[in-house]
Amino acid sequence: MKKQNTFIVAAAVTAAVIAAFWLLLAAPGYTGNKINMTQGVTSQSLISYQLHMTILWICVVIGVIVFSAMFISIVLHRKSRGHEAAQFTHSTKAEIIWTIIPVIILVVMAVPATKALVNMEVAPETEMTIKITGFQWRWKYEYVEDGVAFISSLQSNSNAARQLASGTEPSAVENYLLDVDNPLVIPANTKIKFLITADDVIHSWWVPALGWKRDAIPGFINEAWTEVMEPGIYRGQCAELCGKDHGFMPIVLNVLPKAEFQAWIQQQQQGMANEQAEVKRLWASNELMEQGAEVYAAQCATCHQANGQGLAPAFPALAGSAVVNGPVDDNIEVVLHGRQNTAMPAWGSMLSDSDIAAVLTYTRNTFGNETGDVVQPQTIARIKNG
Amino acid sequence: MSHESHELAHDDHHDHKPSGFLDRWLFTTNHKDIGTLYLVFSLLMFFIGGSMAMVIRAELFMPGLQLVEPEFFNQMTTMHALIMVFGAVMPAWVGFANWMIPMMIGAPDMALPRMNNWSFWILPFAFTMLLSTLFMDSGGPAAGWTLYPPLSLQGGQSFAFVVFAVHMMGISSIMGSINVIATILNMRAPGMTLLKMPLFVWTWLITAFLLIAVMPVLAGAVTMLLTDHFFGTSFFNAAGGGDPVMFQHIFWFFGHPEVYIMILPAFGVVSEIIPTFSRKPLFGYTAMVYATASIAFLSFIVWAHHMFTVGMPLTGELFFMYATMLIAVPTGVKVFNWVSTMWKGSMTFETPMLFAIAFVVLFTIGGLSGLMLAMAAADLQYHDTYFVVAHFHYVLVPGSIFALMAGTYYWLPKWTGHMYSEKWGKIHFWMSAISVNILFFPQHYLGLAGMPRRIPDYSTQFADFNMISSIGGFIFGASQLIFVGVIVHCVFKSRQAATGRVWEGAKGLEWTLSSPPPYHSFNTPPVIDSTTIAHVEEAH
Repeated sequence: MKKQNTFIVAAAVTAAVIAAFWLLLAAPGYTGNKINMTQGVTSQSLISYQLHMTILWICVVIGVIVFSAMFISIVLHRKSRGHEAAQFTHSTKAEIIWTIIPVIILVVMAVPATKALVNMEVAPETEMTIKITGFQWRWKYEYVEDGVAFISSLQSNSNAARQLASGTEPSAVENYLLDVDNPLVIPANTKIKFLITADDVIHSWWVPALGWKRDAIPGFINEAWTEVMEPGIYRGQCAELCGKDHGFMPIVLNVLPKAEFQAWIQQQQQGMANEQAEVKRLWASNELMEQGAEVYAAQCATCHQANGQGLAPAFPALAGSAVVNGPVDDNIEVVLHGRQNTAMPAWGSMLSDSDIAAVLTYTRNTFGNETGDVVQPQTIARIKNG
Repeated sequence: MSHESHELAHDDHHDHKPSGFLDRWLFTTNHKDIGTLYLVFSLLMFFIGGSMAMVIRAELFMPGLQLVEPEFFNQMTTMHALIMVFGAVMPAWVGFANWMIPMMIGAPDMALPRMNNWSFWILPFAFTMLLSTLFMDSGGPAAGWTLYPPLSLQGGQSFAFVVFAVHMMGISSIMGSINVIATILNMRAPGMTLLKMPLFVWTWLITAFLLIAVMPVLAGAVTMLLTDHFFGTSFFNAAGGGDPVMFQHIFWFFGHPEVYIMILPAFGVVSEIIPTFSRKPLFGYTAMVYATASIAFLSFIVWAHHMFTVGMPLTGELFFMYATMLIAVPTGVKVFNWVSTMWKGSMTFETPMLFAIAFVVLFTIGGLSGLMLAMAAADLQYHDTYFVVAHFHYVLVPGSIFALMAGTYYWLPKWTGHMYSEKWGKIHFWMSAISVNILFFPQHYLGLAGMPRRIPDYSTQFADFNMISSIGGFIFGASQLIFVGVIVHCVFKSRQAATGRVWEGAKGLEWTLSSPPPYHSFNTPPVIDSTTIAHVEEAH
């Protein structure tokens, strides 16, 4: 008697412990952990959420029915209880029933699933267009109609804390790994078209609150759209493995009320105009060195390292490098156009001419490199424009 | 002529095992010895791939990077998958095929014994090459086991080793499959008609056709990567007129049948074990065969459900969504038939049965989350998150691997002639079954809450569930040492002799042989009647 019940007791206790464990941890407010898909802030995210919940509950019901039948059988039809085995082997009727019923359930599921997909994918007339380009490991945003463009990278405090054995507690960093220097700013209640592509490898642009992700594929442009109903800050991440810093290229979306957005975009345009003027003037070498150090720390140090020693074998050292110490035009060429099949991107489409000039000046005159070259923003502009 | 037949007859009457170690293991053409080699090799790979998983879970134990650089982390996730898929699960199933198929169909050996030897001995070289890349300057592959270009093309010179290793694994699998098909179609004992074959033989026959169909496709895909990387072609480079998404289509045309290659033999093993310990014939044998064939067919037309986010036309997404949903029908039929087999049986719960029951429950959970993933509109959220990681680990670990363990406990007494320790087998089962859920269930939550897969570090909101998952992982990993202990004890130390039948309810030709079975299983074809085989053709 004792032995025959051991299994049942063990199974029931295990099931109870596991279920209690899941539920306890899942209870909202207990640990503050989110355990379910977000409802988000767009019509699309709500569609995803509702479809998810519908299918989840159907699956739970199916699971409960199947597992109950099994468990009842395990309790009742045991040899230790003296149950004799029946010898039936098949029932065509049963096979037909449990083929037809799942088909019906699937058809019932297919209806909302189809509606959801059609509603998500068929884009309405949009009011503005933003081009998103994925780079290893940052995003570039271009406001096509407004002529504004900028790069968005992991915030420097997260970047410092995430280095191996940095000694900084991630919990001490606000929005650890989910914060950027320049968030993507969009207006609320506006239908926005996204053109999504990549420059080097495949990335995937994903803000869960919008309800979808879309791959950013080099050489192809994917379209997606959104209309955010509530202003606020929404965070996401690259969702397609894109190399060593795949986990460190977050997305921050700052949704502003329309009027505030207008003010913001004008400010950006002014900033772009100022930058144009900066390119035209002649810079002093210490100005370039200072700016170059900043750009290097923000953009280049991830791979080439803060001390310019690189990370063998994928990321070459700049200290003593033949390219950095070689003819300046060749060096400019590499920085502007990148190197194919490596992680060196074409910076020409990402950084301003003054930033490129500054970082070239900096790298050619530091880490023990002593070319003495001063690269002017004008030079970069001239080479870029052929 | 007469001399030759005399020699054959001589062999038939004595159980000659080659005496020297090299003769026995390196030059062997015996299906049992080759089966043992496959199983030992896959167990070794299971531990190598498992230790990589331990590195991954240790790094993910807390937010922040404590142990490894992100690049090495990516090598670990990539290698873990390649080793587990091609080194642990697939060779383990070939090992089972080698041991069991001849015994189950009443044959003396596999049809092509020398090719059998070759198909195994390629593998150690392939995996030595693959693992050696970890020690090369440019490191191991780090673009995920899916090897998506352009990222995979950024790998250094060591990438060529990866491609050639995959080629060798493919050649091994294809040869193994040809052998399985030739054996099943040509070596069955008289009277063992196709619809009398044990379900394990059926599932392997279908698996073998899947392998022959898709391994060359993978070989083609990696060869194109090789030429893109080293010879300047542009198959997958948009700048040269190629298409990076084309690789994904080709890869998943291989990849989706591949996941069924890993699960169909598991269906077969579970379909042997549940009737034995329910003391009742398998319910709906014919339906099980047709369901397996349907799953295999459907596996060829669902591949793009792995790619709902690449930007497919709406009609394409709809097609792949519907086709994927259809798989639930034959899979459901299988689950219902297993439950019906247990229904009104006379069940006992030895270790193989425990693993088989856990398989049915946990594989079903993985199947249901698979149905959720089929919903394209919701998949735009699920895709590439830990929800997917949880899903495929549920079907692979408590799915394929639990079935492998169930099969090991089930046939170990037959293979060795000794009983294993039931007590330690049960301890292994309970430790594994509990920890595997602590390991993978919280990953559903992580994915739904927005944690992408393949990241070495995460934001603090994901900290609690990652820590729980890691603890489950460490317990699961440690529990597998018990498995090795039980096997070693059974093979070398156990004094409890196994009978020929081993299990009270066991039916099938393999149980008519002694334990351990003679070196050449059936020298004379066995008589097939309803008392010796498990599946008698159903009368309609």
